[in-house]
Parts: sequence; structure tokens; C-alpha cells
Amino acid sequence: MTDLPAPDPVPAPTGDATAHDLRSLRKQSSIYVYEAPVRLWHWINALAIVILIVTGYFIGSPPPSMQIAEPVSQFVFGYIRFAHFAAAQVMTVAFFGRIYWAFVGNSHARQMFWLPIFSRHWWSEVFFELRWYLFLEPEPKKYVGHNPLAQMAMFFFMTIGITFMLVTGWALYAEGAQKGSLPDLAFGWLLGLVQNSQRLHTLHHLGMWSIVVFMIVHIYAAIREDIMSRQTMVSTMISGHRSFRDDRTD
Amino acid sequence: MSRIETFYEVMRRQGITRRSFMKYCSLTASALGLGPAFVPKIAHAMETKPRTPVIWVHGLECTCCSESFIRAAHPLAKDVVLSMISLDYDDTLMAAAGHQAEAALLDTIEKYKGNYILAVEGNPPLNEDGMFCIIGGKPFVEQLKMAAEHAKAIISWGACASYGCVQAAAPNPTRATPVHKVITDKPIIKVPGCPPIAEVMTGVITYMLTFDRLPELDRQGRPAMFYGQRIHDKCYRRPHFDAGQFVEHWDDENARKGYCLYKMGCKGPTTYNACSTVRWNEGTSFPIQSGHGCIGCSEDGFWDQGSFYDRLTNIKQFGVEANADTVGMTTAGVVGGAVVAHAAVSALKRAQKKTQDKVEG
Repeated sequence: MTDLPAPDPVPAPTGDATAHDLRSLRKQSSIYVYEAPVRLWHWINALAIVILIVTGYFIGSPPPSMQIAEPVSQFVFGYIRFAHFAAAQVMTVAFFGRIYWAFVGNSHARQMFWLPIFSRHWWSEVFFELRWYLFLEPEPKKYVGHNPLAQMAMFFFMTIGITFMLVTGWALYAEGAQKGSLPDLAFGWLLGLVQNSQRLHTLHHLGMWSIVVFMIVHIYAAIREDIMSRQTMVSTMISGHRSFRDDRTD
Repeated sequence: MSRIETFYEVMRRQGITRRSFMKYCSLTASALGLGPAFVPKIAHAMETKPRTPVIWVHGLECTCCSESFIRAAHPLAKDVVLSMISLDYDDTLMAAAGHQAEAALLDTIEKYKGNYILAVEGNPPLNEDGMFCIIGGKPFVEQLKMAAEHAKAIISWGACASYGCVQAAAPNPTRATPVHKVITDKPIIKVPGCPPIAEVMTGVITYMLTFDRLPELDRQGRPAMFYGQRIHDKCYRRPHFDAGQFVEHWDDENARKGYCLYKMGCKGPTTYNACSTVRWNEGTSFPIQSGHGCIGCSEDGFWDQGSFYDRLTNIKQFGVEANADTVGMTTAGVVGGAVVAHAAVSALKRAQKKTQDKVEG
């Protein structure tokens, strides 16, 4: 399978390395894709999402009543809500930071913010990727950044999805912050739009479930492609480097 | 009567002393949340301004707004009706009936063109040319449009006039339509609630008389002084909410202790009204104080937000009774199952490919 060019004199093997290992080891086979701010955002965002989902679910369906102390000194539900709001504010700042990095970072930092829907080539790769997931293609393509299907998921569930959750969430927060507050000035218009904010609660709740669905697919696809594709996935979001398992160009 | 009497003149004629009148002014000022500096202003307005003619029409409604209104304590409804406004037409409260009543309506409109306030209780049904609500032999929507044409401002009393209420709940067979969707060229002030609090109703009228303008309205056109905060923001059970102490079942120990009714579907966190501050029946109580959650009666479409006893709204678009959690959990379950199946097939494929490679290689 691997026809590497004739090697230089092979150095002495280290450990259990074979001569073949050493020859491919000397080729540079990784690309720096995700810069530090992108990786940092990814993990902060992931942590915030987990906190937001757990606390958000409890806000909709509170845990059983607790009798720890008199209400003056017991603040359990208050802390759950505090965690939700704090995580949401961290997520908001991080998202703005991520948007900033899309402008100043490398080209891969921009990929999740747009879809090249007018590119015939891009669509052909979308369908190729769909066929790969339907087991109709024997071998996947190499991608440096996201594959087109992943790009779509990122765009709809993260870029659009997070924006939706931030806007609806801040509008709900504006109810508690009350009229004249900064959240109310920024997002209170949405309350006027939906009239009854019970509807906004429902939309925000459905948004949470769409992010849960995204998480399931995202984690599964990352691990599956880490095993089955021709490049690294999971470690790329830790080190930033994407390594390839072969040196064919297509 | 050549000249319309001022409020003060009417009150004095009824034997109300100046002392009582001043007391009434200060009570009204505090009910409106105004400082003591406004007491003389209110007194001055009532001494000098002629009473504002009010036409009060009734569409599709249950008269609960009128029932609430006549129980106002600060100011007393009788003071409002007899002294403050000149209630020239209200088919429920007026002595005249039939043709006389209709004549009074036309008279008032003719006499005070552009100066009267139109108070609307209930809403017009638009289906079948409005035939589901007939007033004096004509569809109510015609009476409404006629009365609105020369009105200075319109007050939408209650959830019916403001949002549609139960008669506009899905599927809304009569196509009951809130006033602001029928009359679009007049200033409209919404005073929602089913019914609105009596003091809120009289308070709004008093404000409009005193200052001769609409009170400050919020985004939805409700007076901000009464609808600026949620029930939840001023609820006396709020500490139990923050503590995480909830009523789990009706009549359980927590219900007796007066814990938060959030889990019993209380809509206080999404309802803008003054119940938790002004309360009802001269400040006696309000729903949450009596142990029942708020049903959100002053919010748009409150009949269509699922059970009064659930926090999560039913989503009818999915055909069956489902809330965000059932929809979300079902989707997540299906996707999770698909992922497991996909992983299994992937593993098989990979194993198969490895065997093939071994055979070929």
C-alpha cells in the first residue's frame, strides 16, 4: 500500500520501531489546523454547553424539594440558575472571541461561519460524504479542516444554534433583569415579538434538545472518523495538528 | 345640562367633603405609584377638568371585567363612574335599554366627537361577517368600528379585548380577534387579565384623566406601572423558589407550608401583572397566596400554552400532546439509536475490509 521513496540510510531502530515506521516518521505528515484560541474556545464551549444543558434541564424540571435550612439560608435552585447564567455569560464572551478569531486566525478558523452553497464542487463533496456515511464509498477523502458534511453541522447547530440560544436566553434573562437593563435593551425586543414568553421558554428548550442531538452526532462522528478515516480527529482538537495516515494526495 | 360638571363639583354635590376629596386624591396618587407632589395636581385636575365621556362597549366576553371593575376599592368604582368619568354608554350598567340605549350611544358619539374614551370589553368575532356577536341587531364589529372612529383613545379591557382570550383559543371557530387587530389607527392601551385587577382598571382611567394622556406603555401596549414586572418578581413565595423548595403534590406537606408552586405549573415567571403587589379584593389575596399557581391570564394566548398545571408547554405542531422534553428526548433517543446502529455497521464493515485486505495482501 505504501510506496515510499527509496530511503536514506536507515538509522538504528528505537524501541519496537520497524524500518518502515522510521521511513514514514521522517516525512512531515501533519498540518497545524486549529490554532490555540480555536481549541480553547472549543473546550470552553463544550464545558459551558454541558453545564447549560444540565442546569437548564433542572430549571425546566426542578430536582425534588430539599429541606436543608430555612429559605433565608438555602439557595439550591438559586445556585442552579446562577450556574446557568454564569455559563451562558462565559459562552457569550467566548463566542464573541471566536468570531473575532475568525477574522484574524487562519482560514480554518472561518470554516464554521459560512457555507459555500454556490460551489458545485462543495456539493459534490457533501454527497460524497453522505455516501461514505451510508457505507457506499469504500474509502473517505482527506480533509484538512471540516469535511463538508461536518461544516454543515457546525454551521447549523453551532453558529446558528448557539446564536439562537444566546438570543433567546438573553431575552429570557432580560425578564429577570427587568426593563431598562442592558439585556433588556439588547434582546428585550424578542419578548415583544413572541408576546407570551412561555413560547420563548419552549423554543429555548427545543434549542437545548437540538444541541443534545448535535453532541451525540458530533462525538460519535469524531471518534468514528478518528478510527476509520485517513486523518486524526480527536487529538487534533487537543494539539491542533492534523496527522495523516498515508501520503496520497487525493 | 349646558356644561359638563367637573369631577370636584360632582363629588361635592354628592355630599363628599373637601377633606374626603383630598384623601381620595392622595390614595389615587399612591395607587398610581406617584409621589406626594402629585396629590395637588390630581386635585387640581379634578377641580377644573370636565369629566371625560366614556363609552363602554361589550363584545364577545363574560362580563368578568365589569364585575371586577365595580369592586374597585381605591378609588371606589362608584366614584369613578359617578364622579370621575361620565359613563354615557355601558349596556350592562346603564338604566336605559334597547332603542334608548342605542340612541344614547349615537348621541354621545355625536356630542363628544374626538373627545371620548372608548372602553372595549370583549372582542369582535370576524367569521361569518361578525354574526357570532350581535349588538342592537348588528354585528358587534360594526358598533366597534363606528364607536372607534371618533374616539380619542381606546382601552382594551381584559384578555379578550387585548389578546382574544378563550374565544380566540385554537381553533378559534368564530375568529374572535383582539381590538388592536381590528382598529389600527387609534392609540390603544391594553389592560389584560381575566379579569384585570379592579384597582388597575380604575388606576388607568384616573391616570388618563389626570394627565390627559396615555400612561407609559410597555412593548405590548400595556401600562408599564402595572405590567412592568412579572408576578414572579414580587411573589412572596420567591424565597422558596430560590431555595429549591417546591410544592410536589396538591395538599402535601410543602403545600401546607406555602412553598413555591413552580412545579405545579405556576405561570408567575412568565406573567406580567400586579397581582403579587396590588392583590385582589382590597388587597385581600391573590391566586398564589390562596395556594394555586398563576395561570398567566394576562398573557397572550394563555389558553393555548398547555395545561395550567405544567411548566412545559404542549407543542401541538407535533400532532399529539407533547412538550419540549418529550419531543427532545424522542429525537435524542432516535438519533442515539441510529448512532449505535451506525457504529455497529461501521465496525462490521471495517472487520470485513480487514479480512479482505488480509486475503488480498
